[in-house]
Amino acid sequence: MYVAVKGGEQAIARSLELLAEARRGDTAVPELELAQIRQQLRLGVARVMQEGSLYDEELAALAIRQAAGDMLEAIFLLRAYRTTLPRFGYTEALDTTAMRVRRRVSGTFKDVPGGQVLGPTYDYTQRLLEFGPTIPATVVEAEEPLAASMPRVLDLLDAEALIERIDAGSDPEPIDLTREPLMFPADRATRMQNLARGDEGFLLGMAYSTQRGYAESHPFAGEIRMGEVDVLVCPEELGFAIEIGSITLTECQMINQFHGGNGLPPQFTRGYGLSMGESERKAMSMALVDRSLRCDELGETSYAPAQNQEFVLSHSDSVEASGFVQHLKLPHYVDFQAELSLLRTLSAQHARTANTPIAEPVVKEHAVATEQAFDQRLSVEAQS
Amino acid sequence: MTPSYNFAFLDENTKRMLRRALLKAVAIPGYQVPFGSREMPLPYGWGTGGIQVTAALLGPDDVLKVIDQGADDTTNAVNIRRFFSRVAGVATTERTSEASVIQTRHRIPETSLREDQILVFQVPEPEPLRTLEPREAETRTLHALADYGLMHVKLYEDIAQYGHIATSYDYPVLVDGRFLTSPSPIPKFDNPKLDHSPALMLFGAGREKRLYAIPPYTKVESLAFDDHPFEIQQWEETCALCGSGKSYLDEVVVDDQGTRMFVCSDTDYCGQRQAEMPS
Repeated sequence: MYVAVKGGEQAIARSLELLAEARRGDTAVPELELAQIRQQLRLGVARVMQEGSLYDEELAALAIRQAAGDMLEAIFLLRAYRTTLPRFGYTEALDTTAMRVRRRVSGTFKDVPGGQVLGPTYDYTQRLLEFGPTIPATVVEAEEPLAASMPRVLDLLDAEALIERIDAGSDPEPIDLTREPLMFPADRATRMQNLARGDEGFLLGMAYSTQRGYAESHPFAGEIRMGEVDVLVCPEELGFAIEIGSITLTECQMINQFHGGNGLPPQFTRGYGLSMGESERKAMSMALVDRSLRCDELGETSYAPAQNQEFVLSHSDSVEASGFVQHLKLPHYVDFQAELSLLRTLSAQHARTANTPIAEPVVKEHAVATEQAFDQRLSVEAQS
Repeated sequence: MTPSYNFAFLDENTKRMLRRALLKAVAIPGYQVPFGSREMPLPYGWGTGGIQVTAALLGPDDVLKVIDQGADDTTNAVNIRRFFSRVAGVATTERTSEASVIQTRHRIPETSLREDQILVFQVPEPEPLRTLEPREAETRTLHALADYGLMHVKLYEDIAQYGHIATSYDYPVLVDGRFLTSPSPIPKFDNPKLDHSPALMLFGAGREKRLYAIPPYTKVESLAFDDHPFEIQQWEETCALCGSGKSYLDEVVVDDQGTRMFVCSDTDYCGQRQAEMPS
């Protein structure tokens, strides 16, 4: 006799126990300390903070440990916590020109004022696995410090009026995407917020597609800089800005060709990317996608996925995408039963009317035509 | 109850935002109200919209019932019920008649609802036109113009091609003669229960950030044609457990030979009928 499945609650409890056991692994091996994750997995911590939209290294490290290294799960954990936090206020706009630069490269000029600075990068590591224990690093001090202020490379072009000019402070006050729904068409500030929270892998793929002919815009990496930027807030009761700390950021400014249009002369245009920590892949991808999404404003033909803001912005968020893709594992048997019953009706009907097919001839005619052409060719070949 | 979180998880300002959006939704039956959907500790697509609506409704005296596929004991229903027990400490029940708030995924209970009950639907895709027109800016315009030709053509093409309307769940409805609305993926069997329902029906789509409502005693029509009237699913079988010939049935495979049996999807309805059966 069939008995309806019961005991969901108990099953969930057992599942949680199994998960906890699997997450911890062999208890003879010491548990990871948050300081270790913060220090030694700092790029992962940065990604979780970036896409989790919360700057807190300790919490990000906790989330990574709790998620057993699954970055998307860690991002989800941080987002779910973030949603409960009160909002005290907003910082002043960050001044990345005043960044204390640790890395800065430009692909557009051989040398730039302030110099090309490689800083800590994986670019030239040659990717050979280092077997054996990590040798303690020794850093040779530079003979002189880096220039205290480094002008932005794009400002050099700006002086020559070769690149589009966007006045500081000309943007309207941005909406807060975590408090208001995304509506279309979305302005650039809203799109940027979405891209900043967007999944790195998704943006990377989208950015890559623009390099392979889907919305080609001939990008040059005008400048990529990484370093520390001060964060300022202006409490109402004080009336002036105070520094509350500094954060590590990576900024990418792309320079893109533009042949003119929408009343604008031919000039270079800008694509912009900014992300927490040392995360060039994300910042560069963001800059390419930012530029491709500006097609309407610049009067460019929009045909590629990376130019379609509804396509890009609606599908960029890993928490949304992961949840909806994986909801398919929930029971759907009521709807499935409805489909079964419909399909049985249609199939019975098809069996009754099998002699008078409704939609078939196209393929058949094509097959006949191909067959005839083949026969004809055979006979021609036989004659010759 | 977990004391480190506010009652029912969300902060009071967020609940106020939700209630305002819900009032707007009730005032414009079937209209999708954009709202500042919050990130919930459950995944998108797993009921975050319904959970936010429920969180905005719940008071300490409410009695909550949560069902998925009509059953109280499916894991996701259990999990959502467990969530509200933890963060709100409200009483929960499996009895439809005892609940003041019922959150559901994919079904409307067989037991008739009352005026003092609220049914909260989890909605994966609030836009009934989405599969026909993916652009949100476009579908909002179509709603503004009440231009639902796309959907009528789709249904007509079904009839032309298959002889039937080939939509068996999430069957589109016209609410109060104005807005084309998704009833959420309930089987069309449940559509008649939407019409002139004494209970308030609220719909939450968390990922898509939309809320909408069917107020009590509102006219809800399932789209159809004069010569192809709306029909609901029917079974030749009756429920193998309670004998009901009026409920929505699940098909269960019971052995390796593929033997099927049919049982009520609404576990509370079925259980009540079994309890009343003379033994």
